[in-house]
Amino acid sequence: MICMNFRHDIVIIGAGLAGLRAAVECVEEADVAIVSKVLPTRSHSGAAQGGITASIGNEEEDHWEWHMFDTVKGSDYLADQDAVEIMVRDAPRVIYELEHMGVPFSRNSEGKIAQRNFGGHTRDYGKKPVKRACYASDRTGRVVLDTLYDQCLRHQVKFYPEHYVLSLVREEGKCSGMVTYDLLSGELNLLEARAVLIATGGCGRIFKTTSNGFASTGDGLNLAHRAGIPLMDMEFVQFHPTGLYPLGILVSEAARGEGGILRNNRGERFMERYAPTVKDLAARDVVSRAILTEVQEGRGFEGGYVHLDLTHLGEEKIVERLWEITSFVRIYLGIDPVHELIPVYPTCHYLMGGIPTDTDGRVIQVESDAIVKGLYAAGECACVSVHGANRLGCNSLLDTLVFGRRCGIAMKEDVSKIEHRPVSGEPMKRAKQMLSGLLEHKGRENLAAVRRDMQTLMMDHCSVFRDEERLNKGLEGIRSLRNRYSDIEIVDKGWNFNYELMEAIELGHQLDLGEIILLSALHRKESRGAHFREDFPARDDKDFLKHTLVFPAREGPEVRYKPVKITRFQPEARVY
Amino acid sequence: MIMKFKIFRYDPAKDDEPHYQSYEIEAEPQDRILDCLNRIRARKDPTLSFRMSCGHGVCGSDGMRINGMSSLACQKLVKDFQENEEVLIEPLQVFRVIKDLVVEMEPFFERYNSTRPYLITKSPAPDKERLQSFQEHKIFDDAIRCILCACCTASCPVNQDKATEAYVGPAALVRSFRYLFDSRDEGSKERIALLDNKDGAWGCQTKWMCTRVCPKEIPVTKEIFEIKKRILERKKEKN
Repeated sequence: MICMNFRHDIVIIGAGLAGLRAAVECVEEADVAIVSKVLPTRSHSGAAQGGITASIGNEEEDHWEWHMFDTVKGSDYLADQDAVEIMVRDAPRVIYELEHMGVPFSRNSEGKIAQRNFGGHTRDYGKKPVKRACYASDRTGRVVLDTLYDQCLRHQVKFYPEHYVLSLVREEGKCSGMVTYDLLSGELNLLEARAVLIATGGCGRIFKTTSNGFASTGDGLNLAHRAGIPLMDMEFVQFHPTGLYPLGILVSEAARGEGGILRNNRGERFMERYAPTVKDLAARDVVSRAILTEVQEGRGFEGGYVHLDLTHLGEEKIVERLWEITSFVRIYLGIDPVHELIPVYPTCHYLMGGIPTDTDGRVIQVESDAIVKGLYAAGECACVSVHGANRLGCNSLLDTLVFGRRCGIAMKEDVSKIEHRPVSGEPMKRAKQMLSGLLEHKGRENLAAVRRDMQTLMMDHCSVFRDEERLNKGLEGIRSLRNRYSDIEIVDKGWNFNYELMEAIELGHQLDLGEIILLSALHRKESRGAHFREDFPARDDKDFLKHTLVFPAREGPEVRYKPVKITRFQPEARVY
Repeated sequence: MIMKFKIFRYDPAKDDEPHYQSYEIEAEPQDRILDCLNRIRARKDPTLSFRMSCGHGVCGSDGMRINGMSSLACQKLVKDFQENEEVLIEPLQVFRVIKDLVVEMEPFFERYNSTRPYLITKSPAPDKERLQSFQEHKIFDDAIRCILCACCTASCPVNQDKATEAYVGPAALVRSFRYLFDSRDEGSKERIALLDNKDGAWGCQTKWMCTRVCPKEIPVTKEIFEIKKRILERKKEKN
């Protein structure tokens, strides 16, 4: 096995929107490299469809205060309001900046950036829906990803494509690099850095039904956890209401933003009963529960889905603004959304929780807000927290761009003050041991079978509706899966594009994160946002208006809490 | 039902020559070919290597030849094939095979990069957005569907021919079209200089393969034709 050493000022893990935006920010002043386990432009940010929110008011009156209120209410008051304020106030600048970089936003009749409705975004503090989402048809994530990648090429950012990070190097408290496995050559590399940014996205692949791509296995989250970092608010996993049945592929909320209606098996517009004011444009957690309630009460369709009706929108609007979803509904189901109803059901979509950071992306170690030197996080894997217990649609791209940039600024400021720290031989030695341990183990278990059972277990025990009994069983189940995992045998012994080896390491992360999600959910004995406990159906601000923190400990993960930052909006009943 | 596959295999660490391997696997009519490949890996042969990421035609990872046609494995369904037919799966042409269905993509991205794939502006940016009419946007609306999957470049007879392989290729030209015809772009002079040569837009011999295989239904050949037309128009203006 060949081992190489490389050194950069800044190494970013992940080439999605947060990572690319951070790189663009600091490449002029620092030597920046991006490591990604996939090729450029394959990152999951590209699958974002609907848009990016900003109160630029191109279609109707809007204000950042309204955007802030909606985001805080959407979060079920768990978001840190100082961070939310930073994000929504910065949003218009983000949109104009992207436009100036060349993002091909769709336009309105005045030639300005077009905006459309999205769930939970309202005018005048909840009175009625507002057009706040800036978009490029239903391929917003992809075109922003392409544009930022092009900017990285223009500024000659160094890429390490198809390099898989095996571990973070954290010695004497400071993060000073990482060990990577080069999928192409099979080489192990030590990448030394003064600053490391984790921008690895989410972990939807822990669940059976998900809109997330194959790479969304949560590696970055667990690499941080293994390096001693607590994970925050991990019980808050968003199930998007409209996954395409039975594949789970995302059907953008833009479909409802453009006027699409959810209907049960009687053809009723059932959201009128659950959210009388904004109906189909309620927040995602509310709509997902409504769909499953309809199904449970016998008003869904066999298999557990409802219908999304676009047939009244007309072919021109559908093809112009919803081209991608129209295309894949036609390909996968042979259904034409112009004339037929689309079967949809909730699909695991987004992790609100993650690696705790301050508002400049610096990773926080403990309840005291102490910084971990040299380590940063941004995007879905980070928890600033701007999404609290439930994220609103189109706020995720905004999050990646606002905090990706802020991370870039913080890193270029900090690197001048951080020296390269010589790394001992230990991290490389441990990485080699881990790989040879996996490759040489003669076991009886099959990787794909253990992964499938984990995905089913998480779906059955920890998805939209939860209770103590199922969560406890889920924890037992995940621990026994971990035993099975330790006995998997890897058939492929080669070094060249050994995806089996990479997936085995990914599965180790997924099992750890599964346990952390279950544990966080078990301890939160209330219902808030995406976390709904059938045994505790009400929100409990007295005992649980606080962030969960799960710390790594010798005896297993340990649960603690920290307070929420409330500045402008006091918690009130959340009705749509 | 049972699906039969004949899959191109090559591991340079073990094999002197590529070979084909046959597999039979259970499948449902609605399954994607990508699902079948994953099932083969899970149940029959974990050593089979291919790229994948989003699984629904947005990321562009899983371009490969399916019965000879460059396609995305996540966009082809089992029901598109006959039950007893042996489906032939091979790597994309034009690019060097690294292992099984994985090909070297670096040359593809290098060519892409050579076209200056970013908005070139000279006038200072306004405080808000640059205005662009609905009609101006519509000109390149098809082109922004491109996901850089390389199916077009891999199926282009010009790129496949050793004598003309230096041709920048249809994917890079789609991106050139996208910027050249963006009303906000002020780099048309530089762009035309890059495109007006035998390995640029003039490399296209109008064979239509790119348009036939494009998984995003982009009228690739037509867009390359529009670039050629624009080059000639600019030359005429000069004279």
